[in-house]
Amino acid sequence: AADGWRGLSSASSPRVCVVGGGPAGFYTAQQLLKARQDALVDIYERLPVPFGLVRFGVAPDHPEVKNVINTFTQTAHHERCSFHGNVNVGRDVSVEELRQAYHAVVLSNGAEANRPMGIPGENLSGVFAAKDFVGWYNGIPANKELCPDLSCETAVILGQGNVALDVARILLSPLDMLKATDITQHALNALAGSGVRRVLIVGRRGPLQIACTIKELRELGNLPNTRPELLLGDLEGIEETLKDLPRPRKRLTELLLKAVNGGDNKAEKSWSFRFCRSPVEVLAGADGKRAAGIRLALNKLEGSGENVRAVPTDQLEDVNCGLIISSIGYKSILIDPAVPFDPRRSVVPNDMGRVQDAPGLYCSGWVKRGPTGVIATTMNDSFDTAHVILQDMESGLLDLSIKKPGAQAISGLLQTRGVRTVLFSEWEKINAEEERRGKPHGKPREKLLDVEEMLQIAWS
Amino acid sequence: NTFTLPLRTEEKVTINFVNRDGKKISVTALTGNSILDVVVDQNLDFDGFGACEGTLACSTCHVILEEDVYKKLGSISDEEMDMLDLAYGLTDTSRLGCQVCLRKDLEGMLLRVPETVADARVDSQQESST
Ligand SMILES: Cc1cc2nc3c(=O)[nH]c(=O)nc-3n(C[C@H](O)[C@H](O)[C@H](O)COP(=O)(O)OP(=O)(O)OC[C@H]3O[C@@H](n4cnc5c(N)ncnc54)[C@H](O)[C@@H]3O)c2cc1C
Ligand code: FES
Repeated sequence: AADGWRGLSSASSPRVCVVGGGPAGFYTAQQLLKARQDALVDIYERLPVPFGLVRFGVAPDHPEVKNVINTFTQTAHHERCSFHGNVNVGRDVSVEELRQAYHAVVLSNGAEANRPMGIPGENLSGVFAAKDFVGWYNGIPANKELCPDLSCETAVILGQGNVALDVARILLSPLDMLKATDITQHALNALAGSGVRRVLIVGRRGPLQIACTIKELRELGNLPNTRPELLLGDLEGIEETLKDLPRPRKRLTELLLKAVNGGDNKAEKSWSFRFCRSPVEVLAGADGKRAAGIRLALNKLEGSGENVRAVPTDQLEDVNCGLIISSIGYKSILIDPAVPFDPRRSVVPNDMGRVQDAPGLYCSGWVKRGPTGVIATTMNDSFDTAHVILQDMESGLLDLSIKKPGAQAISGLLQTRGVRTVLFSEWEKINAEEERRGKPHGKPREKLLDVEEMLQIAWS
Repeated sequence: NTFTLPLRTEEKVTINFVNRDGKKISVTALTGNSILDVVVDQNLDFDGFGACEGTLACSTCHVILEEDVYKKLGSISDEEMDMLDLAYGLTDTSRLGCQVCLRKDLEGMLLRVPETVADARVDSQQESST
């Protein structure tokens, strides 16, 4: 009966699919489902497990940030939503095929590559992209064999954003603070034997341009047995500029100034910011294979405020270190050659979420805006994209009178290609197994690191 | 339980929200509850409100108060200020709804739930904050 009624009505249910099961995907889906009682939303995710960087990026000692998973889980359980994990869009199914099957397709595939430093020596052992290092302690399957050597005393992190501070904190935290988190066991073991005592966090620009947020800086300052080792000279004259700064920047700078004067002299470990320095070359040790230091160029700053530019001088400085982690940014990758892509900015070119020159194609999250901002930023931007889609449905720009087959057609395609999906209920089996394995160690979960094993449990 | 009398009895207060569309919503709730508790318990439909469930990790529970109420509430923890600094449309009388608890003397207070339209300035300010 329902079908007959639908056949008669002029409009069919709007069918939308979302590519990527991270915050952007879930928040876009949530808004569409809420605003239209007739919308059906399918989420396609490359991995057998959902939640993107909430699982694989957010630091293990930030469990509160991961509470958003509860809302995502509610969305996944919504009767008009379905989750299809283990589907690599661009390889298993093309974006064009999705566009045929759905009224609208939303790209929410995040930013999964890292920006290379582009300097000699970058490939020496002991040099890591922050993305991979984070993936190692957070259980990204592709990073499980990273095995970073933590025997050196000094680690250098390039970049002064939140990811850089996360990495510094993980390297310096007392083991007791990490033990009861969902950090991978192999990372915990390696950190237990770590010799790292000193972490230098290096930025191209000055103290007024550091890109981290204040919560992360405060956490670093509060680490037990660890003192800040900032150079007084670096912060000279800054106090006078304080009063003209916007409140967030002002409070961040005040905290930085406080750190210069604070600190427990008996602390065994230290962290520090180094400003106005750009990496020039990773220096190899005697064996020519391992990194033993990094050469930095001293920069001078031009302009003012947030728009300050760093211009390298010919003054160089070598720093001895055995571990180098480059945290200069993530970037999106082109998942399907048929999708418009701006290679310079590494985003999908769009106008308020409408992909340029591609009716019915939309984007949200990091692939839309670039890899910046917190989950709340991603949430707002995903709600914006959803509103634009809803507008286009109302205005007729999206033709809902054409009936679209949705998941039915795609499932068929995937089946003929030998791709078996992981449904949300099947992810919940993986979830339960992870929680079970974490329990004896007092951890919220022990993440599975192997995709094959995930699939086995999902389909058991 | 007759043996453990609560130190202060719960009382009802009425508070008023102005949502993102400018619509006024009045609700009655018990003292001791946080603004976030009220939004959740009464199913108030403020998109994305309370994403981190009251753990000071998100700033989505941002509300703007009237100046006298803001003053009456007194001092704010550094941690709340830290998260507020990330909120869209931060004002001098902004608070996080998960950190403000209802009291009898807040009867009739007005809370504005600010708009969250992506703001180019906020984005550029947070550029490369990862
Ligand atoms: C190290 C790190 C720590 C962070 N910590 C915090 C924090 O403490 N607090 C905070 O608020 N924010 C934090 N953030 C920011 C937050 O993670 C991002 O704002 C948010 O995750 C971006 O969401 P997204 O959905 O755009 O991307 P993602 O989270 O990356 O999600 C993209 C999803 O798409 C999937 N995908 C990719 N390609 C395909 C494909 N071809 N087919 C199908 N699926 C695909 C991916 O597997 C992934 O699940 C952190 C970010 C990083 C990198
Ligand atoms: S709910 Fe996240 S900070 Fe209040």
